[in-house]
Order: sequence, then C-alpha cells, then structure tokens
Amino acid sequence: MEQPTTLLLENGSWFTGKGFGAPPDDGTVGEVVFTTAMTGYLETLTDPSYCGQLVVQTFPLIGNYGVIPEDFESTRPRLTAYIVKEWSHTPSNFRSAGDLDRYLREQGIPGLYNIDTRALTRLLRDYGVMNGLLTTQAPPYDEKLLAKLRGHRSPRPVPLVTRQKAEHFPNDGPLVVVWDFGAKQNLIRELLARGFSVLAVPSFTKAEEILAQKPAGVLLSNGPGDPVDNSELLPEIRKLFDAKVPMMGVCLGHQLMALARGAQTVKLPFGHRGANQPVKDLETGRVSVTSQNHGYAVKTESLPDGVALRFVNCNDGTCEGVEYTDAPAFSVQFHPEACGGPRDTGYLFDRFAACIKESQQEGSPCL
Amino acid sequence: MPLKPNLKKVLLIGSGPIVIGQAAEFDYAGTQACRALREEGLNVVLVNSNPATIMTDGAIADEVYVEPLTLSMLRKIIIKEKPDGLLSTIGGQMGLTLSMQLAREGFLKEHGVELLGASLDTIEKAEDRERFKETMESIGEPVIPSRVVTDVESALAYAQTIRYPVVVRPAFTLGGTGGGIAADEKELTEIASNGLRLSPIHQILVEKSVSGWKEIEFEVMRDGAGNVITVCSMENLDPVGVHTGDSIVAAPALTLADKEYQTLRSAALRIISALGVEGGCNCQFALDPESFRYAVIEVNPRVSRSSALASKATGYPIARAAAKIAVGLRLDEIRNEITGKTSACFEPALDYVVVKFPKWPFDKFLYANRKLGTQMKATGEVMAIGRSFEQAFMKAVRGAEISLDTPHLAKLERMTADELKAKILAQDDERVFAVYEALSRGVTIGELHRLTKIDEWFLAKLWNLASMERRLREDKLTPELYYEAKKMGYPDKAIRRLSGQEKLPPALPAAYKMVDTCGAEFEAETPYFYSSPGESDEAAPFLARHSSGKPTAVVFGSGPIRIGQGIEFDYASVHCVMALKRAGYEVAIVNNNPETVSTDFNTGDRLYFDPLTPEDAMRVIEMEKPAGVVVAFGGQTAIKLAKPLGDAGVHVFGTSPDGIDLAEDRGRFDALLESLGISRAAGRTVRTEQEALEAANTLGYPVLIRPSYVLGGQNMMLAFTDDDVHETMGAILTANPEADVLVDKYLMGTELEVDAVCDGEDVLIPGIMEHIERAGVHSGDSIAVYPAWNLSKEKTEELVEDTRRLALALGVQGLVNIQYVIHENKIYVIEANPRSSRTIPYISKVTGIPLVELAVRSMLGEKLRDMGYGTGLAAPGPYHAVKVPVFSFEKLSGVDTQLGPEMKSTGEVLGVAPTMEEALYKGLLAAGYHMRSDKGMLICVRDSDKSEIAPIAAAYASLGCPLYATEGTAATLRKAGLTVETVKKIHESRENTMTLLESGKVGCILSTSAKGRIPARDSVKLRRKAVELGVPCLTSLDTAAALASILKRHFREEDLTPVDLASLSRPESQKK
Repeated sequence: MEQPTTLLLENGSWFTGKGFGAPPDDGTVGEVVFTTAMTGYLETLTDPSYCGQLVVQTFPLIGNYGVIPEDFESTRPRLTAYIVKEWSHTPSNFRSAGDLDRYLREQGIPGLYNIDTRALTRLLRDYGVMNGLLTTQAPPYDEKLLAKLRGHRSPRPVPLVTRQKAEHFPNDGPLVVVWDFGAKQNLIRELLARGFSVLAVPSFTKAEEILAQKPAGVLLSNGPGDPVDNSELLPEIRKLFDAKVPMMGVCLGHQLMALARGAQTVKLPFGHRGANQPVKDLETGRVSVTSQNHGYAVKTESLPDGVALRFVNCNDGTCEGVEYTDAPAFSVQFHPEACGGPRDTGYLFDRFAACIKESQQEGSPCL
Repeated sequence: MPLKPNLKKVLLIGSGPIVIGQAAEFDYAGTQACRALREEGLNVVLVNSNPATIMTDGAIADEVYVEPLTLSMLRKIIIKEKPDGLLSTIGGQMGLTLSMQLAREGFLKEHGVELLGASLDTIEKAEDRERFKETMESIGEPVIPSRVVTDVESALAYAQTIRYPVVVRPAFTLGGTGGGIAADEKELTEIASNGLRLSPIHQILVEKSVSGWKEIEFEVMRDGAGNVITVCSMENLDPVGVHTGDSIVAAPALTLADKEYQTLRSAALRIISALGVEGGCNCQFALDPESFRYAVIEVNPRVSRSSALASKATGYPIARAAAKIAVGLRLDEIRNEITGKTSACFEPALDYVVVKFPKWPFDKFLYANRKLGTQMKATGEVMAIGRSFEQAFMKAVRGAEISLDTPHLAKLERMTADELKAKILAQDDERVFAVYEALSRGVTIGELHRLTKIDEWFLAKLWNLASMERRLREDKLTPELYYEAKKMGYPDKAIRRLSGQEKLPPALPAAYKMVDTCGAEFEAETPYFYSSPGESDEAAPFLARHSSGKPTAVVFGSGPIRIGQGIEFDYASVHCVMALKRAGYEVAIVNNNPETVSTDFNTGDRLYFDPLTPEDAMRVIEMEKPAGVVVAFGGQTAIKLAKPLGDAGVHVFGTSPDGIDLAEDRGRFDALLESLGISRAAGRTVRTEQEALEAANTLGYPVLIRPSYVLGGQNMMLAFTDDDVHETMGAILTANPEADVLVDKYLMGTELEVDAVCDGEDVLIPGIMEHIERAGVHSGDSIAVYPAWNLSKEKTEELVEDTRRLALALGVQGLVNIQYVIHENKIYVIEANPRSSRTIPYISKVTGIPLVELAVRSMLGEKLRDMGYGTGLAAPGPYHAVKVPVFSFEKLSGVDTQLGPEMKSTGEVLGVAPTMEEALYKGLLAAGYHMRSDKGMLICVRDSDKSEIAPIAAAYASLGCPLYATEGTAATLRKAGLTVETVKKIHESRENTMTLLESGKVGCILSTSAKGRIPARDSVKLRRKAVELGVPCLTSLDTAAALASILKRHFREEDLTPVDLASLSRPESQKK
C-alpha cells in the first residue's frame, strides 16, 4: 500500500499514483477499459466479463459502502487490476464487511489510486482501447517494453471464468439452462425469482448435453473477451436454434447467437461500460436506460434473414438486441439483470418466461 | 412525437416574489423554459409579479406581464392573450397552485387552454395528501404512516396511535411553512394550530417521524410516451429532520450501495409514471441506514429548487427538457446540448462530487431562532464542484460568504465540551462547524454519528479536513503537504494563516475540468468548468480550440441569494454578458449560485463554477487572460474583488477600483462632496462603543449606526438613545471587532433613489424613484414609486445636476446608484454606489431603457450621446410603477418585523398601471396585503410618531374601520376627536392586544416602537403574533397612510388592466 505505482499505456503515456490492494507483478497487464457507473463497484469487481482487463472507474469516490459479499456477481474478481481516483478508508454501510483495500489484497488484485482518472479516460476515449501495465518500476520506460505491451494478447478468457462443472439451483418451475460463459449471478437470481429451476452449465458443455436435460429454455450468459474467439461454440448454438428451444442471450451470449447465425461482430472504439446507456426498442419506440459492459457489438448490417434488429443504442446507433423470427429466441447486448445499474429492462426476463410458457403450450416462436 | 399541432401560444406563470422556499431557481427554470418554447416556434406569454427576474424581460418572452399573481388577473390575461396552452410546472408551487385552480374551476377548458406539463389529475395526485397516499399505496410504494386532519383534536388523537415524535406538514405551503416536529402533546397543539392556519385549505398532515434516516432525492423525467430517466440523485448530509433546503446536500448520493440506489431509483421512476407527469419531478425518500426499508417523503410534480441544483450539478437542463416535453416532444427527440451528440434520453454520469451549502439570513437577524427543522430558513445556496468531497466542501464553505475559508469557526473554540455538545444537538445552521470542532478535539466519529445521525462516511471526510488543518498548523509546510492541502481545497490565505508561513511553495498551475454529463465518455464541447488543482487542465486546450480572436471579458456574478443581494444582481450580470457579447467580446462568467440564469452553461461563452474569492478569481484570470474584468453587476460580492484584482494589475472595466473606494471610504467621500458643495448628513467614523456614544451625543439623536462596506444594511440601526448605541455597537463589534463604524445624524425626510449611467462625460438618468416611507427605512424595504410624485421641478433639476456632478467626480463609467433625502427642503446625499443596484431591473423594464447594456457600452468607451437614449433625465414613460417589498417573516420565528435601516425583505413585486394609485394598489395586492376595511385597525405607536398619527387613523375610521389602540395612542386619537377602544398592553392585563388579535376582530395593525429586535419585548411579540395570524402589520406611518389612500379609492381587482411590459422595449414598428 502507498507504494508509488504507475500505469503505463501502450502509447507510452503513463500515470503515477499510489498502489493499493495486492502489489502488481509482471502479469498485471491487459486491456485498459473504463466504466462510468457511479454505484455498483462491487458488481463491477466481481463481473467475470472484466476478465483480463484493467478497469478504471470514472466516478472518483469508490469504496464508500465497503465490501458486501452478498452483492458479488461471482465468487471472485477476474479483472487484472482496478484503478480509481480515491478509495474509501472509512466505508459506511450496515452490510459492509470491510474496506476495498483489504478485499483486493485478499483476492490478489492490484489496485492503483490517486491518479487523474478523468485524464486517463479521455486518453482511452480519444485513442481507443489500449493495453496497459501496472508497475512499481518508476519511469522512464523503454521502447522494448512498449512494444511488448502493444503485442500483449490476453489468453482467451471464457474458459478461465466459466464454472468447471454444472450447478443445479432447484426450484418449483420448469428448468432453464444457463450456459455460463462468465455468467453474472443475477441472471440466475432473476430466473429463480420467476420460479424456474436453473441448471448452470460450463461453456464447454455440448448442445446434446444441454438438450438432454429437456430444458424449457436456455439462457446464454454474458462473458468476457472477443466473441469470435469462441468459434467452437457456434455449431453448438446452431443446434439449439434447430431444436427450437426458447433462448435468451445476454451480452456475449447475444453476440454468440448472432455469430452462430452468420452475423458479424465488430470491436467498438472504447466500448460501452456504465449504467446510463439509453437503448431504444424499435417496436415500441420506448427508450430504456441500461447497464452495459461490452467492447464488441453485432454489426447491424450483417444480420442475416430471420434475425430482426429490435434494440439500438441511442448514442451511437449500434445493435443492442435482436429477435429471431424463425426461432423462439431473442437476445440483448445490454444487461437486463442490472447489478449494478438500472433495473428498467428486467421485464425481459418476464418476456423470456412468457416465451417459454407459450412455447410449451403451442411450440410457437416467442416474440 | 412532434410538437403538439394545436399549440401556437403558451402562457407561463412565474413564481412571484422571492421568499424563503421559492427563490431564484424558478427564474432560472422559467427563463430556460421560455427559451426552449421559443426555439420550437411558440409565442410565449409570461406572467410574474417579480420585476427583478430575467424571465420578465422582453428579450426572453414575447409578452410580459408584471402583474399580481391572482386568479382574477390571470383570467384577464388569458382572455386578452388567448393562449392555447398553460405550462403549469415551471413557476414553482405558486405557478402550480394557480394553474390547478384555473383548471379546477373550468376556466381553462372554457377558453380552450390546455394544461401542459402536469394535468389536473397529476397535480392533485401529488399535492393532495390523501390522494397521494392512495396513489403510492396502489403502486406499492411505502409512505410514512400519516393522516390528514383539519383540527387540533384529531391531530392529537392520531398522534396517540402512531406515537411521538410526529411531524406536522401543512398542505399547500411553501418550504414547509408552518410545519415542525412535535415531541409531545403540548408541542403538537402549538404546531398543529399554527399549521392549520397557514394552510390555505386548512389541512395538515400528522406523520410518524423518521428523523435520523438518510434523506435521498431523485430528479426524474418522463415524457408523454412514457419514457423515464433519472437525472441525478442527491444525498442530504443532514438526515431526515432538517428541511432539504436547509441541508448540506451532495450529488450524486455517496453512501448508497447499488442495491439501495437502484431500489430508490426504480421507486422514483414508478412514482413519476404513476403520477403521469410530463416533464420533471422531484422524489424525496427517507432510507433507514440499518436496513433496506425506505419511505416516500414528498413528491413535487414540477421543477424545483432541487431540479435547479440537479441541472447545474449534472449539466442536464431539466427545465428546458421539461418545457419541450410539455409541448409534445419525446426525450429521445431532444438533443443533449452538452455533448451535441447524444439525446436528452440518458442519465448523466458524474466524475466529480457536488456539494450544496445553504445561505441563511441569521447574520442579519440576530434574534431569529436558528434551529433547523422542517421549515426552511435559508434564502439561497451555493454549489461547489470538486474531484473529492473534501475539495467540494471547502469550496462551498468559502463560497458561502460567511467569513470562513475553512470549516474552523473561531467562536466555537472557546466552548467547553458540554457547550459544544449542546451546540451540536441544537441542530442549528452552525452544526456542521460544531461537528468539525468536535472532530478536531478528538471526539470520535462514532460518538458524533450517535449524536447527529450524520453518516460516518461524511464525518470521516470532515475528520480528514480537521486532520489536514492540524498538520498545517503543526507540521513543516513541505511542498508535498502544500500540494496535498491545495488538492483538498485549502486556499493559500488559510494555508498561510495555519502554517504561519508567508512564503509558499510554487503554486500549482490553474487547472479546470469540464462538466460534460458523461464522465468523459463522449467528447463534449461544453464550456462548463470547475477548478481541480493538481490535475491536468481541460480549459486551456478548449480555449485554444475555440479561439475566435475576440478579446475576452470575465464577469463576476453575485454569489448566493441573501437578503440585500438578490436575483436583481443576476439579472444585471446576465444582461452584462449579453451586452458584452454584442460588443464583440467573448465572455467568461464566474459564479457559484446554482439557482441562477448566469450559471447556465450557455449564458456566457464559458462558465467557471467556482467561489468568488480573490484567489479563485485570479486563477480564472490566469486561465482566461482577459482584456478586462467586470465587477459592477454582481453586487457587493463582485465589487469586493475590485481592489484585490486591481492591485494584482488586472484591468477592471468601468469605474476604477479607486473610484469604487472613493465612494465607499467615508473620509474620501465626504471630502469629495464638500468640494462639490453637495450636502450629506453630518457623521463620524468610529471604532469603539465609547467613540460611538460621543459621536451620537455630539451629532444629537437620532443617529444612524452602521458598519462601513455592507450591503442590505446589515447591523444597521436607528439609535434614539445611548442604550440603542450600546446594543448596535455590541452586535457590530461581535461580528467584526475591526470594523469601521459610521455614525450619522439621521435626517427625516423624503427619500429618493436614482440609478444613472455615466460615460465619463454625460449622465443618463432613466427616472427618479421616490420612497413612500421616509428615510430611516432601508431602501430595499421601502415602497418605491416611479416616477417621483411630489418632487418640484426645481428640486428635480437640482437632483439631476447633483447626480451628474457626483457621477463624473467619482469617475463613474457605467452604473451608479445614489440615494438622497430631502430634509427641510434641502437635498442631502445618503450614499452613492458606483455599481448596479437592486432597482436596475425594475427601472429598466418600466422605462424601456436597457440600462445594463448602456452601462456596459459606456464601460467599453462608447458615448451616451451616440446610443440613442439621450442624456440627462429621460422623459417619464407611459406607466407608473410601484415596487413593494415582500418579506419572509412567517419562516423566521423570532425576527422583529418592524422596518428600519436594516434590510429585511427577501423579494419584491411591482405594480404597473397608468396611474400611481392603481400601480400602488396592484403592488400591494401582489405583495399579499389583504386589504379590507370591514375589520378593525389596531394602532400602537411610539411617542415620536404620536404627533402624526391622528390623520392616518382618521382615514381608516372614515372607511368604517373600528379603531383600537393602546393607552397612550388612544389618548392622542381621542384628543383628535376619534372614537377608539383602548386595549391593554400584554403585561397590563389578560385581556390585551394579543387576545384582541386572536379574536379575529382586527384586520390590520400599525405598530411602531422606539425599541425593537429583542423577541421578549411586548411590541415585538405583538408584531410576531400578527405574522403568525397572517394579519398585515404596518410598521411605518407612511405605509399606513398610503394604504389608507388606496382603500379610499375602492379599487376592485376586477377593474385592473394588465399591462404588457415587453411592448415598452419593443421598437415602435413592432408595437401592437
């Protein structure tokens, strides 16, 4: 703690602040991304979709309500490092179990604070996503290091974050399989809240194994990384489409469903990460504020027949969700499960439930 | 959804005079709404009785009516203007209530006027306590157990069932007027009866107290299609129990976990949807700090003080969006002007912290009850933006103009531990400083949390500041420590004082961050900045990118609204900016008041939202490198900067810092007057009570005593005796032991006021205003009449000539305000201020002469001769105009209502009419004087007034008013042949003036006393009683005489004619 620590970016710029959490090591390297959410740092820390990334909080005061394990979205943080302007030494909340520094130390996550996070964010916005390295080595830094930084490629993250064996969450209602690519816990909570029993299965599960469970529906979860790195999953997903099992995709799940059907994805300049992204439902004209965390998007113009654009991002017009006209399926790029962020699109789980019910009754497409 | 097709013309009702609970924020909202509607091609008709506002300007609305906000007048204006719509949600509670009444009586429907923003059903669901409760219950939102009652007995009975403490909230009152927390039956009886009386519908809500819970607010928006967003969350540092207007507020909410935050956010969105608001809405919640339990405290289906704060805190223009939604646009069809790239349908992401600090009038009202509770007492507020809570809090404290630059309040040092604890528990305006003092002494955060229920997180931040202060005192001032202190928000002056070190390490370069609504996610080109020492700067690159090659002027605003320095200075500042822009300047504004138009990011070319101290000002100047700065329009706050900036070599446009000093320095000014052969009352400058007594006795009583360099006559007193001198000097020297105090011979006579523009060669006087009350009542509290009605031609010429010579001699370039008194047919100068004044908006509007613009052009070197408005005294306009002060006495218990040299009014209204009498009638009506001659008049005047009382009393008697008087006054009246009933004084009998008042027989009181102020005095008690009972209480014979003259004319509201003021400033060709 308090050790001068520097974030070095691949373009050679650097920010020196103080370290907190675990000390950085040679492996504290990865893509630097920022999130603009003002609350929900615990959910951010434990969101597996941040796997391999150095995450910057644009809101300057982090850790105010301490560490609350029941708000975690997975068992442990998967991000590579955590960067804030200021972390709270004196958190205050009736559920708080400690402060951020101690938690990050326990979890082996290096942190950096007391830097100009806004200047860093502007840099990332203007240059686009960059790799970065957290180090206690003082500047200057040589070109060799920068070249190495530019060339850095994180290992494919989905296998690292998916659960290693299936997990059953019993309940009274029909079974929904959650295909875990790095699933946030609240996806499961939302399904349980609607009466479904849930079977969460690892990413490497085969379609046959899923269908063998005779699920009433399958939810393809969020997860980290570039969707095209997961090509072995696409044939499996196509089998689910063929089986006409009701499907809902969220974030990476959404992208993988689209890829499986022949659409393309594209890397966004600096991604959408935050709790304030407005998304328009093209059918109703309604705009909802959504929680988002993604660096890639489905290319709207690449959507094949049978896939209709349903949601768009009001800010940059990118694809935020589609519905399948030839299958009981739909998917969204944003996070209807919130945690953190607005719960305004939680109704999509109701829609999924309705879709499952309808499908059970009539076998018809859900939307 | 496009603009509603049937709309061409929209009526907007303003919020009326500035009173506590309803201040400048509605001028900001109204001005923004007018602009938003005109952008859509709509014709805007504006009605507001408040002449000091920017919204009531021909440049803002198409038709402007400065008229009493009465139903009768509104009906007339609607019939005359035939608007298609009425926007109900912009003019505060006043606008909302009037809109509701017009809708409810069917008048709007009858005249084809659509109610926009909030439907009648929406308003009633939000405003009627029972319907509100039903609505909340129907959507499962918890409300605090409560019941509406209409009598005290029911209140007591209900309180038994929910147990004490209970909160009393009267229906339809401003800022919680008449409410309070009752701990037992006795307190409830008192508060409930008061609340019932003050509620216009005689309803109060008795509610279980959740005092100590967190108080959280959400500003939410909804459009006609049902899209909903939250603009901003806010957290009160002071838990439930202190009115949010009196609370220190942070934005966004800082101590809520996402679970709590989203729970309340979702609740706010459900509420606005259930109410069906089309526009903005404010939802206040109480949140149990120990569980997820929460309750809805209050919902306002309209723009509010909080929405103004939220707009400035986030950069999201709530009133603008609300106005557009009201006329049919959807949120996603409104552009986010800040990014230019995104729509208004998003939620701002902040990457800074905002702290709001209230501005209370207790420095003026020494005897006011300072305890904070459910009744708001602040007159204004400042906002500060920082990258840490500490930094924002420090900026707020030094920006509040309370003589502090750190939270260390010296007088608390002397308190014992017990006294300090008592002070903390007293929950007054200084509580946060007492908490800080306790932290400095080592009292634990846990103990202070137990005492105050302030969240530990906030207490820890205050502890950080206390700890920095200790380090600055005790440790060596290394560069590291210095920079750390700067980042925490410490000004150099404080660091020098604390460290005892004069020479500081090299300064950090000026650095500003941008408010961009999106946490830097999108590139924004908003010129809205706040200082962020030690971080990378965004202002210089912005300036480089946007350089137009024009010279730059920096305009300093007027800071928080307070008694003596109100919205009129924002009017002048904004017009100054507009004039400078027209003259070819780029304009940067510096101000820290979130309620104002001047702090709208697109008023100037650039906005620096920072405190108005010399150090902060110099930083902006370092960044902007202006051709010059303007200090003449921002009241005393800005003018105080003239000297330090001038000393630092900054060019001050207009009257030079030396000219300003010449007017304010007693000795220099006297010498100047003497050289000009202009008279003023004899006087002395003193420093001690002994000197003051000598001066008073040499000059002869009565004398006027006041500290030099003040605005609004703070601690100014008319002294008739040695005792008065003792009292006043005590007050002044306690506030500032170093103060120069002026003791002047008091000259009784007619008071006149002149605003003039001077270009260094010529002087233009738009008009002369005459006060109804003789000298001795502060000019801000006097009824002022334009044009002067009993000034001879000869005296007029003399006055014009004196003004011209004085303005030239002072070297005025721009505006000067001079007050005169005519005593025994001789003109004396009372004071001259080479700056914009309180009367500038009023006189500009009624004469149609754009004074601020002419002043700015004069400052820049243009000549009046070339401006087309002539020189000398302008010919009187077609209308008479009467400014009537408005007070907030019902909000400030303990304050004596007797008018004197110390200003007490919070706002003003204007009556405009073809005759002076009608104008006066309109003014009094607009100010809320319920004039009726069917009830009695109670008169008790001081001995010095007795010689003049008989004719005034006779006037009331002739109107049929039964007269009541205390013994001495009664004897005088009988001697004059009047019939009068003698009433005993309070201490004389159990049947006395107080019981007479309570009996309801009296419709008006005339009360003057030689002494006042101290609440225990009979005369003060009587006047306070009048306030509580809502009985007009006159404290000047002149006001009483004027009122009698109006009553004699038997004006009726129905006979009044509305006057469109915008037509006065319109070019001839466009006049209707």
